[in-house]
Amino acid sequence: MKILVCIGHVPDTTSKIKFTNNDTEFDATGIQYVINPHDEFTLAKAMQLKEKQSAKLVVVNVGLVSTEPTLRKALAIGADSAIRVNLDPKDSLTVASEIAKVALDGGFDLIMAGKESIDYNGGMVPGLLASINNMPFVNAVVGLDIDGAKATVIREIDGGKETLSANLPLVIAGQKGLVTEEELRIPNMRGIMMARKKPLSVVEPSATETMLEFTKFEKPEAKAECKMVSADNVEELVDLLHNEAKAL
Amino acid sequence: MSILIYAESWNGKFKKSSFEAVSYGVDLASKMNTEAVALVVNADDATELQNYGVSKIISVSNQSLKEFASNSYADLLKNIADKEGTHTLVMLSTSNVNSFAPALSIAWNASLATGVIAEPSALNPFTVNRKVFSNKAHADVVLSKENKVLVIAQNSYGVKENVVSASVEEYSASVVEANVKSEKVEVSTGKINLMDAEKVVSAGRGLKAPENWTMIEELAEVLNAATACSKPVSDIGWRSHNEHVGQTGKNIAPDLYFAIGISGAIQHVAGINSSKIIVAINTDDEAPIFKAADYGIVGDAFDVVPKLIAKIKELKE
Repeated sequence: MKILVCIGHVPDTTSKIKFTNNDTEFDATGIQYVINPHDEFTLAKAMQLKEKQSAKLVVVNVGLVSTEPTLRKALAIGADSAIRVNLDPKDSLTVASEIAKVALDGGFDLIMAGKESIDYNGGMVPGLLASINNMPFVNAVVGLDIDGAKATVIREIDGGKETLSANLPLVIAGQKGLVTEEELRIPNMRGIMMARKKPLSVVEPSATETMLEFTKFEKPEAKAECKMVSADNVEELVDLLHNEAKAL
Repeated sequence: MSILIYAESWNGKFKKSSFEAVSYGVDLASKMNTEAVALVVNADDATELQNYGVSKIISVSNQSLKEFASNSYADLLKNIADKEGTHTLVMLSTSNVNSFAPALSIAWNASLATGVIAEPSALNPFTVNRKVFSNKAHADVVLSKENKVLVIAQNSYGVKENVVSASVEEYSASVVEANVKSEKVEVSTGKINLMDAEKVVSAGRGLKAPENWTMIEELAEVLNAATACSKPVSDIGWRSHNEHVGQTGKNIAPDLYFAIGISGAIQHVAGINSSKIIVAINTDDEAPIFKAADYGIVGDAFDVVPKLIAKIKELKE
């Protein structure tokens, strides 16, 4: 089995978000980049499948050379090789088209991605690439089992869970629950050393079509200062919530 | 050139989010000087939507759509959009909509914008505002294709009652075969679903032990609220993972959110900062949660929460 795991290269959660070039671009100055948190769950699950079923695990990112440290981190965690599509993508459709091509060219059986990236929060790439390749797709996946060419998938639905079956090749968008927090992988020293020698190939982009154009970014208006109420006067809080906030 | 609104139903029943989608679509249609048309699938009473201003409803009843698959729903919506000659489709962010919206955008060759929080700021080029960076910022995006799919963020637009009389057209759809097969659905009943809840009471490690959640559940009950928790609490196993709100847990947007004994790590705030009103109760007056909150009490939850329950009961009487 061949597994392709999409790795998002995103600003660390604690980053201060700023914009530049007249608020039309994200300002990457001084930003620490990490593997997209949702992708850590899919990568850990892919590692379990690799270990159990001796699958081949390839990670992919669409980005410029600056994303390579993030791909190397995925290699240090245990992926066999990495592919970087050499493009600074402008929207989700571009990313999905590039990964769809990598998935087809490489003959992958299972394509896994996090359910959304924590930067642009589109939540679209996995579903788009599945449709481009005409493959079945399950979103918000919290359980996955592969038996031969068949997959059993559990997805989160509004107020519960649904178990589904599907044939490979399959695209899933994973999230927390796919593995537990304790099962997440942290690269160790040996992994980091080995990652330096693992193949990271760069392919040139081929997609041309976009569907969205980001024209302006803004920070939401700062919240008014928190109104503090004394712990001895809980009645006042109830009164404020009822009469001022109209929330009770 | 009408606006098509997909009003989702669950076992035949609409939810507040269905009405929010209709409200958005109706206002958009009026802004664009055109008609709003709602599409419902296996709904018990399609006419309920006429309370929210939509005058034409297309109703599809089909057994094979009772089970959800992205590819069959995408195909259905594409066919109906084409039949109606519409170029703009409005939906609201739910599990199923988030699953099939990308497939629809490919099948219908449409621009797709998710996390939309306001009416378009311009129609030419068609520009909407959406959440980015876990709601730490907003972005204007232009939908460049002729066909457009808008997925509206939950509880960002609101429900607007507007009673009209609607015509209901039954449409018999041919449905493409699902490429996944549903085996089993487990939905918890009786409890208020966290994603739909208008009020949420959430607690963290400050509660010290799982047995102390009795008062949290009681507060939730008097408020008719859902319960939630912080990540450390779900990691230790004091509460189920289904209750974890935050960056890697559920992202919620209730009208009222109580954070009790939660310090407010940035990962937590990322999942709750779309709440309309945030109330924080914490012993530490420097806890970051107070930066995200609208109202705060520095105090011990074991002292404050019982008083809060009593005062809210008084108010309700």
